[in-house]
Amino acid sequence: MSARKVSGALAAALLVLDGACAAAQADTVAPRYAPGRAVYEKWCAACHDPGIIHPGTHALMTKYPGGSRASGSITAWTDLPATYVAFMVRHGMSVMAPFRKTEISDSELAALAAYLSRNTPGS
Amino acid sequence: MRLPPNVSATDYAKALAEFAQAIGGEWVFTSDVDLDLYRDAFSPFLNEPEEKIASGALAPVSTEQVQQIVRIANKYRIPLYPISTGRNLGYGGSAPAYSGSVVLDLKRMNRIIDVNEQHAFALVEPGVSYFDLYRHIQEHKLKVWIDCPDPGWGSVMGNALDRGGGYTSANYRNHFDSHCGMEIVLPDGELLRTGMGAIPNAQTWQQYKSGCGPWIDGIFSQSNYGIVTKMGFWLMPEPEAYLRCTVSVPRYQDLMPLVEILNFIENSRITSGFPDLESPLLGYPPVGQVQLWNETGPPKMSAEHLKLMSGTKLGFSPDIEAYGARSGIPYWRLWLSFHGPEEVIQAQWHAAQRHFARIAGAKFAVVDHVKLPVDAHQATQYHEPEFGVPSLRAFSIGARTPWNPTPSKGHMWFSPIIPRTGEAIIEANRVFSEAAKSLGMPLFTTFTLPACFWERSFIFILATPVTEDPKTNKRYREGFKNLIEVGGEHGWGEYRTAPVFQKSVMDVYSFNNHALQRFHATLKDAIDPNGILSAGRYDIWPKHLRGKS
Repeated sequence: MSARKVSGALAAALLVLDGACAAAQADTVAPRYAPGRAVYEKWCAACHDPGIIHPGTHALMTKYPGGSRASGSITAWTDLPATYVAFMVRHGMSVMAPFRKTEISDSELAALAAYLSRNTPGS
Repeated sequence: MRLPPNVSATDYAKALAEFAQAIGGEWVFTSDVDLDLYRDAFSPFLNEPEEKIASGALAPVSTEQVQQIVRIANKYRIPLYPISTGRNLGYGGSAPAYSGSVVLDLKRMNRIIDVNEQHAFALVEPGVSYFDLYRHIQEHKLKVWIDCPDPGWGSVMGNALDRGGGYTSANYRNHFDSHCGMEIVLPDGELLRTGMGAIPNAQTWQQYKSGCGPWIDGIFSQSNYGIVTKMGFWLMPEPEAYLRCTVSVPRYQDLMPLVEILNFIENSRITSGFPDLESPLLGYPPVGQVQLWNETGPPKMSAEHLKLMSGTKLGFSPDIEAYGARSGIPYWRLWLSFHGPEEVIQAQWHAAQRHFARIAGAKFAVVDHVKLPVDAHQATQYHEPEFGVPSLRAFSIGARTPWNPTPSKGHMWFSPIIPRTGEAIIEANRVFSEAAKSLGMPLFTTFTLPACFWERSFIFILATPVTEDPKTNKRYREGFKNLIEVGGEHGWGEYRTAPVFQKSVMDVYSFNNHALQRFHATLKDAIDPNGILSAGRYDIWPKHLRGKS
């Protein structure tokens, strides 16, 4: 791969990223979800923020092409029950390791699950 | 309730009650559900009886609490296994080396005690991650850089104690080398400070490393002689500018002078940024672009190119070399980076080109010229750790992508150190590719290039996948051990490894009838006579377990 081609690939990646930032700025949540969002920002965002530079998001984009999950961005999903969030955090998936209670406490996990499931009917 | 080995239920119950009194009952974990969180998520013994598990976990918040725990553990002979952030994935994670140990989870000890801009150092506790330290520095607008490995959630201290590396300037890339001063709880509960910290009211604990007398810091890395509760690190003053350049050469044999000149200009400090080797002709990426290749896919190659690649031996054939020459695809490309004032880095790059120009046909290019500082968002345009910015992008390795539809369950890092020569790269490929092929290991396929983290040696860092199939994991485990032995036969050894392979690795370090391992045992018996601390770590066992585990 030449340096020029690398730059081209980067430019493509950055287009995705720029879109992601615009989405993040527009994403405001009710105050009751702020604690959960803080947990997300600290522990989850590095892998799950929008865009393919976040490996969790890229994995989910690949797993769920088309449909409501196609963005791979779990903050935008509308079918993410709180119980499923809690299960994933404590059990992990693929190369995502589980999180211990010294990292994300049970109360923090409840807040995180509430934040991520806020758009999911019935959660 | 799980029981630690060789501890009665009565004694364990008493110990747990005393632990709870010392640190609070909510920070004593004994249920299966809680303890499963301490399993090594990347264990190659996934779901097999041999997987190493914890019998309990304790999460103190202060050095004093660590001392209390250690004293209680001595009283009841409870085996402890300290972890810092527990994110040492691929090298053991948060699971103990001796199955059944009680994990001492230091994540709650997360104070950033000091970041001194004037003298460019930090003093931190074990639970401080690279993300934490980076955020602290940004929030306080301090003009210093951290040096971080790819996974930014790792412990600054833990990574150094496991002798990990990073991506900025050579002075800082070796994380253990860049530390300055430790505070340690010894296995009997005594508190020790090293270097200048041994002076009460020390004025230069983080400014002069060795103090006076024997310098003992090294024995607390990759070992089980104490629990480090504070550790100082030298930081790089924020540079003014960054220059990333490439040197491309056309022929297979050019690898030899390319490495030789790299060594000279790095050891002369003409360059000090992270050097990175690539083979455009063999389709092998530089370390700093692995994440990019995982994100956007490997470069497109013509059918002719792919066919020629498959016909190479040790990465060579006259036909592919000719193809590269007529297609303008370099055999090798070296990425160099420079940090510093504009006029200095331009002069360094100029001098570097003068040295590499003795390779006929060498071509030079400036890829990135960046005025610093850049923020975390801007750094995403690059390989973030080369700007001292932590990220988790490296977890694209093994994760599901369009190019990897079957994600792994993790990986174990095969990471031998070899000499820093082109000849050694080729010889290591010959030796390891033959062995890997015969063992059915997915390593050293077409041609593999090492990484340049360390200034005076090369290191291969290769992800051996962990799968959900026990038979495949067994084959990879056995193959991994075999590769360690094969490396040892050629004078090469691992720099670091997961507990499951620590005996195999340390057995390679066998000069004079294992004099080094015997010395480790002598120290263990003197420092930790009850053998409560991290039994088995790097194959250092207490007397009562030696030769039995």
